[in-house]
Amino acid sequence: MAISFNLNGKQAMADVAPDTPLLWVLRDTLGMTGTKFGCGKALCGACTVHLNGQAVRSCQTPIGSVAGQKVTTIEGLAANHPVKKAWIALDVPQCGYCQPGQMMQASALLANNKSPSDADIDAWMSGNICRCGTYPRIRAAIKAAAKA
Amino acid sequence: MENIKMTARRDFLKASAAVGGGLSLGFYLPGASKVAEAQAATHSPNAWIKIGTDNSVTIMCARSEMGQDVYTSLAMLIAEELEVDVNKVKVEFAPPAEAYINALLGGQITGGSTSVRDAWEKLRKAGASARMMLVGAAAAQWNVDAAQCKAVGGAVSGPGGKRATYGQLAEAASKMEVPKDVPLKPNAEWKQVGNVKQKRLDTPMKVNATATFGIDVRVPDMLYAAVAMPPMIGGKVASFDDERAKNMPGVKAVVQYSRGVAVVADSYWQAKKAKDLLEITWDEGPNANNDMRKVWGGLRDAAAQPGAVFREAGDADGALGSVAKLYEATYELPFLSHSPMEPMNTVAHVRADGATIITPTQFQQLVPFVVAGATGLKPEQINVITTFLGGGFGRRVEVDYTMDAAEISKAVGAPVKMVWSREDDMTHDSYRPGGIYKVKMGVDAAGKLVAYRYHGTSPSISSRLFPSIVKDGIDPFAVEAIDNFPYAVPNHKLTYQMFDAGITPGYWRGVSHNQNCYVVEGFIDEVAHALGKDPIQFRIDNLEYSEEKHKWSGLSAGQAVGGRMKRVLEDVKAKSGWGAKLPDGKGRGVAVMEGYNTVMAAVVDVTISKNYDVTVDKVTYSVDAGPLIHPDQAAAQIESSTIFGQSAALFGEITVKNGGVEQMNFDQYRVVRMNEAPKSIAIHWIPAAKDQPPGGLGEPATAVVTAAIGNAIFSASGIRVRRLPFSPENIKAFADPRHTMKPTNL
Repeated sequence: MAISFNLNGKQAMADVAPDTPLLWVLRDTLGMTGTKFGCGKALCGACTVHLNGQAVRSCQTPIGSVAGQKVTTIEGLAANHPVKKAWIALDVPQCGYCQPGQMMQASALLANNKSPSDADIDAWMSGNICRCGTYPRIRAAIKAAAKA
Repeated sequence: MENIKMTARRDFLKASAAVGGGLSLGFYLPGASKVAEAQAATHSPNAWIKIGTDNSVTIMCARSEMGQDVYTSLAMLIAEELEVDVNKVKVEFAPPAEAYINALLGGQITGGSTSVRDAWEKLRKAGASARMMLVGAAAAQWNVDAAQCKAVGGAVSGPGGKRATYGQLAEAASKMEVPKDVPLKPNAEWKQVGNVKQKRLDTPMKVNATATFGIDVRVPDMLYAAVAMPPMIGGKVASFDDERAKNMPGVKAVVQYSRGVAVVADSYWQAKKAKDLLEITWDEGPNANNDMRKVWGGLRDAAAQPGAVFREAGDADGALGSVAKLYEATYELPFLSHSPMEPMNTVAHVRADGATIITPTQFQQLVPFVVAGATGLKPEQINVITTFLGGGFGRRVEVDYTMDAAEISKAVGAPVKMVWSREDDMTHDSYRPGGIYKVKMGVDAAGKLVAYRYHGTSPSISSRLFPSIVKDGIDPFAVEAIDNFPYAVPNHKLTYQMFDAGITPGYWRGVSHNQNCYVVEGFIDEVAHALGKDPIQFRIDNLEYSEEKHKWSGLSAGQAVGGRMKRVLEDVKAKSGWGAKLPDGKGRGVAVMEGYNTVMAAVVDVTISKNYDVTVDKVTYSVDAGPLIHPDQAAAQIESSTIFGQSAALFGEITVKNGGVEQMNFDQYRVVRMNEAPKSIAIHWIPAAKDQPPGGLGEPATAVVTAAIGNAIFSASGIRVRRLPFSPENIKAFADPRHTMKPTNL
């Protein structure tokens, strides 16, 4: 039976097994490949999306649990969102693969904390791995976005 | 690949008309292999620059973009001389072709921190040559002397207000003779190269998530493959039962391929769920019982062998028998995984008449050959498209996963996207080889260094991947940062012993610089402290200034660079707060290295807790890398390799049990996270000397930071940790006083 949910402000339908992770519904069923697969175990944060405004790991979110709810992915984060603008202004990405997850995690932080400290950033962002080591720039970009 | 060459080959220019009209300019190498030539003809236009009659300028990027910024920095080199704004050009990834071979590596490979070094003159000349042809075409059209014409901003202007755009001139220019003498702008005239404000061209697409990585590729009628591979290194499928798997929803086929069993389905998740139901009996192969006791036992036995000499002067062994003080130490390094964030994957479509392979690879030139071997097609029938890479770090120099995907596609007769799980990726990597390193230093009564002995024992990566470059028992990629041992010791003998540990060795960011810099810089630090000297001053006082050429480390400066080393050491001493008294539990360590013709010194500040947890607080660099093409991203590469090195230094260790890798995911293979990254990475650049070429920057800091962290731990705690990683367990083990180095007084 098809499961429907709100994806980036529009109705989305997926006729898949309810235990299918949201990650693979986004990527394979709906063709939205901005959300990345990194570890499949909620260890790296590459697949982070917003579920009803909260940052969640889509690799551990069964599509059945998403029915009727509101999902926002990197494609749905506004182009003029302060996080996206700060990421561009500071040239944060290197390989760029983890960055959609980093930006979704960071935007959820700023939605609740307008002026995060270094300790806040450490606590909130430490679930998102970047093997290119862009952490110093991510930290600076979060602070820049907070001021925007 | 048998044609890896460590010496640069002379390139020459050849112009050809681009498809669709316009100017196309490429470099062709003499003596090309027949197959590669055929490919070049198939995958035309084979060129660096395409200028459309619509004034569009396309620059081909012949290196793989894995974060290190080749997409922008290489385009900047061409744009500077072509006189176009790099922000207005389109960049395309080049197909495999002889024209795109990296002269420093002898193949179309992205690695060895060579991309900018190889491109430095070649791409500026490509831009300049094209500009000269465009100017020549305008001059001919206007019947004036070329010297009266000038190219600016994608157009040529001439006497009397004449003006023509590159698009208008492109077709005529493509018929001009390729200039033989192509002078380049003096540095002072650069408008784009060295621009500190230049942004990465690929940032917007990486922020809005439209950049296509291999794993994002979708082609019509594509199926998805999940794979089961032997858990033990060198294992094979003996038999399998797919009864449950093949009846799962969405499953199209279960196929055995060379390395394992693949489940092919309508979606990845369906394939993965069915794959988990496969029942496979493995032929465990030669390493079935391998474990770390065997690995370290084997390495220790091998380390007792004499090894092969790769550098020698005087009589080190003799001198060591009669020095006033003899210092000895043994260092041990673990195996490491690359673990880029994007797991290995490939989209393959194998047909009867050819194949398309879309893949994130660092070695696109090799792909047609291995896919040909796997499918029975000819290399020239195989079209390779390189995507953005979600990290590489050397893992994607290997093309094993492209071959797997091709086999699976061929078996099912459809386009297939094969995606590895993180567990597949971590357990089927090629691993930074572990090793044992024994060093000795003899000092005379006056405190002068008299004799040095180095004996490294580790698996040889090149013996597996490029055996032709291994000569006389020496793998050049095992003796980096030691062949160019930077201290003047009149008697020295440096030897290397290979050992196959049953753990597939691979090129890993910085390769053997990592092991050797840690050993060289850790040990010189030990000797400095033992002699009661300041570690920076002691290094400066003992640097090598000889101009003798080094034989083996082909990607290095090729000779001692004592003057450059002295300068970065003095600079980092001045800028790092060196010499200040630090509170308890804090320490400051230094290391210096020349690698990839970049000379850098690092001072690392650490804090060590009572439980031996290490925090890297601050890293200060002084770097002599010659001219910087894209300065902001040159800095980004040092930031990146610092944290990559820190991950390995503090946490990294791959182990095997029952022949297979034990670590499966990031909970078992820990890497640095936001809360652990240094709060400050300060980079001070030494201005380039006149005519100094650029050095490589993608890797050296990985090695230097590791050694400096070790020396900082000693400064903070008095504990000399001679085994990586610097985990609490290892630090605690080395806190035992029996590890304190005391000289043998002879």
